[in-house]
Amino acid sequence: MSSPSVSLSPAAMPAPAPAGRLSAELCLRIYDLMLRARVLEERLITMYKQGDGYFWIGGPGEEAFNVPLGLLVDKGHGLDHDYLHLHYRSSATLLALGADPVDSLRQMKNTATDPYSRGRNFAGHYSARKWNVVPVTSPIEVQFSIAIGTARAQRAGTGAKGITIVQGGDAGTAEGDFATALVWSSRRGQELPLLMIVTNNRYGISTPFTGQHGYDQIAERGKAFGMPTAVVDGNDPEASYLALQKAIEYVRTERKPYLLEAMVSRLRGHSSASGANPVKGEIDCLERFEQTLESRKLLTRAQIEQLRADYTEELLQASKRVREEPQPTPESVHDYIFADKNYVGGEA
Amino acid sequence: MATMVQAIRMALHVGESRLGVTDIFGQDVGPPLGGVFTQTQGLQTAWNTPLDERGIVGTAIGLALAGQKPVAEIQFCDYAFNTIDLLKIAGNTYWSSGGDWNVPMVLMTPVGAGIRGSIYHSHSFDAQATRIPGWKIVMPSTPRDAYGLLLSAIQDPNPVMFLMPKALMRIKAEPGERIPGEPEDEKQLNKMIDAPLGDRSQWRPEWPPLEELFVPIGKARIAREGRHVSVLTYGRNVHMALAAAAELAAEGIDAEIVDLRSLHPYDWDAITASVRKTNRVLCVNEDTEITNFGEHLIRRITEELFYELYAPPKLVAGGHLPGIGLADHLEMASVPQKNTIKAAIAELAAHEP
Repeated sequence: MSSPSVSLSPAAMPAPAPAGRLSAELCLRIYDLMLRARVLEERLITMYKQGDGYFWIGGPGEEAFNVPLGLLVDKGHGLDHDYLHLHYRSSATLLALGADPVDSLRQMKNTATDPYSRGRNFAGHYSARKWNVVPVTSPIEVQFSIAIGTARAQRAGTGAKGITIVQGGDAGTAEGDFATALVWSSRRGQELPLLMIVTNNRYGISTPFTGQHGYDQIAERGKAFGMPTAVVDGNDPEASYLALQKAIEYVRTERKPYLLEAMVSRLRGHSSASGANPVKGEIDCLERFEQTLESRKLLTRAQIEQLRADYTEELLQASKRVREEPQPTPESVHDYIFADKNYVGGEA
Repeated sequence: MATMVQAIRMALHVGESRLGVTDIFGQDVGPPLGGVFTQTQGLQTAWNTPLDERGIVGTAIGLALAGQKPVAEIQFCDYAFNTIDLLKIAGNTYWSSGGDWNVPMVLMTPVGAGIRGSIYHSHSFDAQATRIPGWKIVMPSTPRDAYGLLLSAIQDPNPVMFLMPKALMRIKAEPGERIPGEPEDEKQLNKMIDAPLGDRSQWRPEWPPLEELFVPIGKARIAREGRHVSVLTYGRNVHMALAAAAELAAEGIDAEIVDLRSLHPYDWDAITASVRKTNRVLCVNEDTEITNFGEHLIRRITEELFYELYAPPKLVAGGHLPGIGLADHLEMASVPQKNTIKAAIAELAAHEP
C-alpha cells in the first residue's frame, strides 16, 4: 500500500515505555496494522455483500493478538525460520508479515491471480511457502496434527533455529487433533518446539463455549502435559505482544511446547453464513486501542479518521481493479494435481 | 531370494541411506520391534509414535512440508479410516495452494485378508485410496516389485500410498526376480538383515550391497501372457489368478494376468492392449464390491472399448459385507478365492457373442 497521508512517526514522543506497555513507536506500528487488517476485512465483507465473492470468513476481533504474532515470528523460509499453521481468521498476521492486502481481495474474488489458491479456496485461506505459512484449511483442527511434523523437523538436536506455531479457535480444541498435539509435543526427551495458540472467541459457530467445554480455560489442559501455559487478554495488543514474546522466547530457547490462550472477540459472527453483521456486546480491540493511543496523546481522533478513510479508499479502488482481473479458466482445474519436482525439498 | 517383507526393509534402507528418507515412523515401527511384520527392523531413521493414526499422518504431512522425506506407517489399513480427512489434505495441498507446496510423503499400510485377521485386520483399502485424488497408489505382488515400487514412491515428490498385501509378506521371490545386490543364498540374507529373537539391543544389520531399482509408478506387469481372457488384478489376487490360470491351461483356456501394480495412475495402455487381444475382461480384487475400483475399470472399458468385447466384463470382488468374519468358512466366503476366479475365467472364456 502507499504511505498514509497521516504520519505515524512518534518522533515527539517520550522514549521509555512503562512496565506492561510497549514503546510509542511499536504501539503505532501495531495500531496501523490492526487498522489495515480491519479495513481489509470490512472490504472483504462488502465485496461479499456486493456479489464479488461467494463466502466470507475472517478475523475482525482478533487483530490485537494476530498483529503482534505476525510481528514477532522469525519470518522466512526453511527450518531456521518459524513455521506458521494458522486458521482462517489470520488476516492480521499475514499483513503484519508483509502480505499485500490486495492479494486477499483476489482470493475473495477467486481470480486466477490469487496467489494463495489461484481461485480455488475461500477468503482467508492463506498459503505462503516463502514465509513458511502452511496452507490454511477449512477443517478447524487438522493444523494441530500437521504442525507436529514441522516441529519435529526443528526439534532439539537438529540445529534448526526456527520453531513451529500453530493456531486454532476454542471450538476446534474439542477435536482429537488438539490432544494429538499435546501428547506428541510433550513426550519426555522428545519434546517439540511447538507454540500452541488458542484464540478463544467463546463460540463454535452458534454453540457457546459453555455448551462445549466443562472447564473454564483451555490453557488448563496444557498443565496435565507439563507444559507452561498462559491466558492473555487478546483484545489488548500490548499484553498480547508481551505474552507472545515470552512464549516464543521459551519455545525457541527450550525447544519445548507452550500453550497460550488468547481471549478475543468475534465482531462479525462466524462467517457470511451468519450474516457477517456487527455483533453487539463484543469488545472491539481496535476502538479500545484507539482510545488508549488518544489518551496517551499518540494519535488524535482526526488522524485516526483520516487514516481509516485513506485505507478504505485505497482498498475500494483496489477492489475495482481486482474485479477486472481474469478468472481461472475451466481447463486450469487440472493444474497442480501432481508435482513434477520436489519444490518443498529445494528443487526449483 | 528375499521375502516381500525383506524387500521392503531393504528398500527403506536404500531410501534412508541414499534417497534422502529422514523419518520412518509409526506405531511399533522403531526399535525394539521394528514393525509387526518385521518390515522396519534395523533401520537408522525408524522411530515409534504414540498410538495415534491422525498424529502419524499429520506428522508425515508436516515433515514433508518442512522439506523432509517421511515414510509413515499405519499398522493395519483397518486403522486408517480415522485419518481420511488428513489423507485428503495430503492429496489436495499442492492443488489447493496453486502449486505452492508439494507433499513428498510415503504412507505404507498392510491391506487385505488371508491371515485370518478377523474384522479389524482384514480390510482392503484400494477402493478408499482410489477415491482420494492427489495420491499415487501402488500395490506390489512380488518382492522385487515391492522393492522397486517403494524406491519409486520414495523418490516421487507427491504423496504415495504403498499398500502391502499382508498375506504376501512372507512370500519369496520367484527365480529371475532377484533384487539387485541381494546374496544368492537366502539363509545368508536372513542372517544379515533379520533381527534375532530376544534381546536385540546390540544387534546391527549387515546390509548387502543393494543397487537401486525403480519400478515406474503407473506401469502394469503382464504376470502371465494369454489369449482368451484378461484378468486385471493386483496384490494377493495376482497369485490366485496365476494358480487359476495354470489349472485352466490344462482345459485349453489361456488367461492373461495383468498385475496392475499401480492403481493411480493406472496403466490404461496395458489394459487396452490386453483387452484388444483377448476381448474378455475379468477384474479381481478383495475390496467390497459396491463402488469398487474394478467397477471403475469396467466402466471405462465398457465406454471406450465396448466394440472390442465378446462378453460382458465381470468383477470378482469382496462381498458387500460389514466385515470379514474370523472363521475359516467366513473369510473364504467373503473375499475372492482361487476357485471363484477360476470359475469366472472359465465362464468368460466360454461366452460367445
